[in-house]
Amino acid sequence: MKMKKIALLVIVMTALVSCTSHDDKTSEFLISISNSQHWNGESVTANDFGITEFTNKHGEVLKIQRLRYLISKVILTNSYGDEIEIGDYKLVDLTDDNTLNYATNIVVPPGTYTGISFVYGFNEEDNINQDYADLNTASWNWPDMLGGGYHFMQFEGTFTNQTAEIPLPFAYHNGTARVSEGVFEQNFITVNVDGLSIDSNTTIDIKMNLAEWFKNPNNWDLNVLGTNLMGNRDNAQIMMNENGQSVFTVYLGD
Amino acid sequence: MRCFLIVLITGFLISCSSSDNDLGYQATPIDLEIPQLFSNLLLPPTIPSDNPQTIEGITLGRKLFYEPLLSGDGTQACANCHLSENSFTDSDRFSTGITGAIGTRNAMPLYNMAWNFEENFLWDGGAKSLEEQVSDPIENVIEMNNTWPNVVTTLQGTSIYPELFTQAFGSSTITKELVTKAIAQFERTIISGNSRFDQYLLGDQNTVTVSEIRGFNIFMDEERGDCFHCHGSNSNPIWTDNIFHNNGLDSSFDDMGLGGITGDPLDNGKFKSPSLRNLAFTAPYMHDGRFETLDEVINHYSEGLVYSETIDPLMKNIAEGGAQLTEVDKADLKAFLLSLSDPGFTINPDFQNPN
Repeated sequence: MKMKKIALLVIVMTALVSCTSHDDKTSEFLISISNSQHWNGESVTANDFGITEFTNKHGEVLKIQRLRYLISKVILTNSYGDEIEIGDYKLVDLTDDNTLNYATNIVVPPGTYTGISFVYGFNEEDNINQDYADLNTASWNWPDMLGGGYHFMQFEGTFTNQTAEIPLPFAYHNGTARVSEGVFEQNFITVNVDGLSIDSNTTIDIKMNLAEWFKNPNNWDLNVLGTNLMGNRDNAQIMMNENGQSVFTVYLGD
Repeated sequence: MRCFLIVLITGFLISCSSSDNDLGYQATPIDLEIPQLFSNLLLPPTIPSDNPQTIEGITLGRKLFYEPLLSGDGTQACANCHLSENSFTDSDRFSTGITGAIGTRNAMPLYNMAWNFEENFLWDGGAKSLEEQVSDPIENVIEMNNTWPNVVTTLQGTSIYPELFTQAFGSSTITKELVTKAIAQFERTIISGNSRFDQYLLGDQNTVTVSEIRGFNIFMDEERGDCFHCHGSNSNPIWTDNIFHNNGLDSSFDDMGLGGITGDPLDNGKFKSPSLRNLAFTAPYMHDGRFETLDEVINHYSEGLVYSETIDPLMKNIAEGGAQLTEVDKADLKAFLLSLSDPGFTINPDFQNPN
């Protein structure tokens, strides 16, 4: 009889454990990710779409109508050189709050981390044509004739031109660069940030300064480079990559 | 003590169970027949957890889809305006309701609706689920002009429907909710994924012509057709993004489209991108059926774009009136578009009138 009671207690304890979503690990902290956007410090959200005017370095006054971009391979590196992958990839869409702020379900021990890195777009290893069902479903693919894989960014809107009677569209789309027929060049950006300390639940805030896409080092003239940029390696795709080097900053918050 | 433990165990077992319907009636579950290309590339279709696909539910829904008793005078079924031979749209620009009243939009074709992941249905996104979409035409005074209480009473009074509802849902009491669920189940089975271009994408190089391949390249070329940003691609073979765009049809709007639903002026003139499958059967085209032929559609994007404040930036060549395609490019693009049509779909016996 005593053995039966013990067996029942074991079953009860098993049921208790199986009903708990995860172990209580008070010594580790949850990592969340925030993807935010600004124009030289002024916050940009979907509420600005079609309304707020921004002026780029070249002087064009523009309105944003759509912004989606891909962030992948968010990695924390500890003082031993061990890498902890925080997230594999996220298609950020300013009209979808779930892509702007989200918990990763990754917990990490407290301490000093030597760095955090992420990839804007996909690196060559991850940019596998048609390999991600959710991104295919979101029509996020980059045409095969331009190297395949996926878009890195779709940044669209209109801008005014003194000689045009109507606002003109721009479609600043970034992805793999086509060098010539069948020859392609990787065009992703790896962002590395040094030194950070984690002693509580932490949000990694990846900030994108939209103004930088038009600014540094290439002073972007939307009158010349407004549309049909996807297949233009020398004068668009590589220039986007160069300007993109200074677009991102990373902050930590609770 | 032993009893206490047994109660405790039972309690835990129940709390860990994922289903609370185990003791309820269960019709026969059945999976959707997913085309290979869809399963290779796309997320699984959307099936609401409170309306799973069942053999009995689909059978009932199909019968209801073709049932004229759903209309106010018993003369018009869903299928009157969504004809299988037209890929479940109407060849008339505007459909005529039971009173002779005429609508203001072209009936949307019906297929592959379980792959509309945002679940915004109708040209303007006015229905937020397939079940909700079913509801509106029945009460719409210029369409079927009925009331739901009358629909329920009419069906309840027949000799056959109470039994069919019992088989499908375990209850002979007919409700609006169960009618819409059954029709939605049937509509989710209306799947089209076997065009010649599908076969080509699955590896059969002999199913398409050189002109059709050239047309596909125009479709995918940002500097020519640039159709793929809104209309899917070889990687998204639904051939629509199921998103709302102003594609440059008008300088001002009588029909606000999405803006009429959201109330946001920035959405005025936006309508859902339709899928490009089965265009051989779905004329006329656009939300208001203004174009009778595909040539007119292609000419619109090539030379006919009109500016308005909410025009989509992807209408890139608005200053020139469009993409300025050559006549050869237009012919190739049209050939490609027609290769997305699936004649077998329109005569699929599973979708025909069972009554």
